[in-house]
Amino acid sequence: MTLPAIIIRNLVKRFGETTVLQDINLEIPEGKVSCLIGPSGSGKSTLLRCLAFLEESTSGMITINGEALGFFEKPDGKRERLPPAQIRAVRAQTGMVFQQFNLWPHMTALGNVSEALKIVRKLSKADAEEKAMAQLRKVGLENRAGHYPSQLSGGQQQRVAIARALALEPKIMLFDEATSALDPELTGEVLKVMRDLADEGMTMVVVTHEIGFAATVGQQISFLDHGKLLFSGPPSEVFAKPRHPRLDQFLDTYLDRGASMLI
Amino acid sequence: MTFKLFTLLLQAAVSTIGISLVSIAIGFVIAILLSAATLSGKTIYSAPARLFVSFFRGVPLLVQLLLIYTLLPAIGLNVPSIVAAIIGLSLCTAAYQAENLRGGFSSVPKGLIEAAEVTGFNPLQIFARIQVPIALRLTLPTLVNESIMILKASSLVSVVGIIELTKMAQDLASSTYQPIPIFLSAGLVYFVICSTIALLGRYAERSMARTSA
Repeated sequence: MTLPAIIIRNLVKRFGETTVLQDINLEIPEGKVSCLIGPSGSGKSTLLRCLAFLEESTSGMITINGEALGFFEKPDGKRERLPPAQIRAVRAQTGMVFQQFNLWPHMTALGNVSEALKIVRKLSKADAEEKAMAQLRKVGLENRAGHYPSQLSGGQQQRVAIARALALEPKIMLFDEATSALDPELTGEVLKVMRDLADEGMTMVVVTHEIGFAATVGQQISFLDHGKLLFSGPPSEVFAKPRHPRLDQFLDTYLDRGASMLI
Repeated sequence: MTFKLFTLLLQAAVSTIGISLVSIAIGFVIAILLSAATLSGKTIYSAPARLFVSFFRGVPLLVQLLLIYTLLPAIGLNVPSIVAAIIGLSLCTAAYQAENLRGGFSSVPKGLIEAAEVTGFNPLQIFARIQVPIALRLTLPTLVNESIMILKASSLVSVVGIIELTKMAQDLASSTYQPIPIFLSAGLVYFVICSTIALLGRYAERSMARTSA
C-alpha cells in the first residue's frame, strides 16, 4: 500500500459567517482517479481550490506527497503559514484545469503551454517550445500551436489548458468541472484526454457533473453535500443499490447520459 | 504665408512631437508603478500613489509647469527648461494614465491570474507576463486618447520658455502680422499629428484584436 498522494485532515473553510467545508477528512490515493461529486454549492470546487491553494482553509491540514501545503502544524496544534517559495514548491506537484479554461489571451496555444517552462523552469525558448509541442501533440493539437485562444473552440481551449498543466510534469492533476463550460458535443474530446491521462496512471482529482465519467473512469467517488463529505468509496460500492438517499436524489436531478445506465 | 514660415512651423512641430512622446513614455512607466501601488492593497504604497494622482489631476497643468520650473532651481536643481517641461508633462500624464491602467488591471479576469499562480509564477512574474500585457490591451484606446490630450496640452510648455508649435505660431504671427494663415496652419499641423496618432492606435487595436478574445 503506497502512501496517499493527498491527505486532507479536519479541513474547514469559512467565508465570513458561512461554513463552506465542514471537517473534511479524505485521502486521495496515488495513481488513481478520484471524483468529487455533489450538488452545486456542496463545496466540492472549494475543496479542490484548497488543494491548489487558491483558497486558504480556515483550519485543518492538507498534505501533498507527504509535504504540508501552505501551513505547518506546530506541536501545540496551531497553524503557521509557510514561506511563499516553499508553498510554490509544494504547489508545483499539482497541475490544475479550470472550468473557464483561463488560457492567456495574448499568447498562442504554444505560448500558453511553454510560458511556465520558460518563466518558472527557466528553460531556453527552444527547449521550452519543444516540450510544449510534445504536450500539444499529446492532446492532439500540434497543428493548432500557432493559434490564439480566441481562434480555438472551447474543447480545443480546454485541451490546451490540460497541456499547459501537464507541461510542468505535475504528479497530481486537479480538474475543476473541466467540461461544464463546454457545449455537449465538445465534452467528449476533453473527457477522452482525461481518460487517456487516467490510463497512464496519473493521480487525478476530478470535480465533475459528468456522473457517467465518474462512474466509468473514477476509482474513488466522494460525495459532498452542504460542505460535508457524506461518503467516499469505489464506484461499485457508491453507485450500488441501495444507495445513500442524498445520492439518489442528486442522481435524479443531475441525470446525464452516462448516469442513466446506473438508475 | 510663405513656404519658409511653414517650415519654421514644422520645425517647431518636431519639438512638440518630441516633448510629447518622451513625456508619454516616461509617464507610462510611472503610471504602471502608480497603478500597481494603488492596487497593492497596502496603505504604505497605495496612499502616496493616490495622493500623487489626486494632486496632478487636481491642479492645472499650467500651474504644475510653473511650479516645477520655479521649484527645481529653488531646491538647487538647475535643469534646462526642456527638462522641466518634460518632467511636468510626464507627471501629469502619469496621473491620468495610472487611473486608466488601474481600470485595466482590475478588469483582468481573476482566473487568468490563478492559472499563472497554479503554474508556479511568482507575483512579479504574474504582473509582468500576465497582468501588464492584458491590462495594456484593455487600456490601449484610453492610452491613445491620453496621448492626443498630452500632445495638445504640450502647447502649455511655452510658459517655461520652450519654443514649440503654438509658441512659434504666436511669434510668427506677431512678427509677420499674418495671424490668420499662421494659426490656421498651426491648427492643421496639430490636426494631422493627432489624426496620425489616432490612426496608429486603431491599427494597433485591430492587430491586437486579431490575436486575442
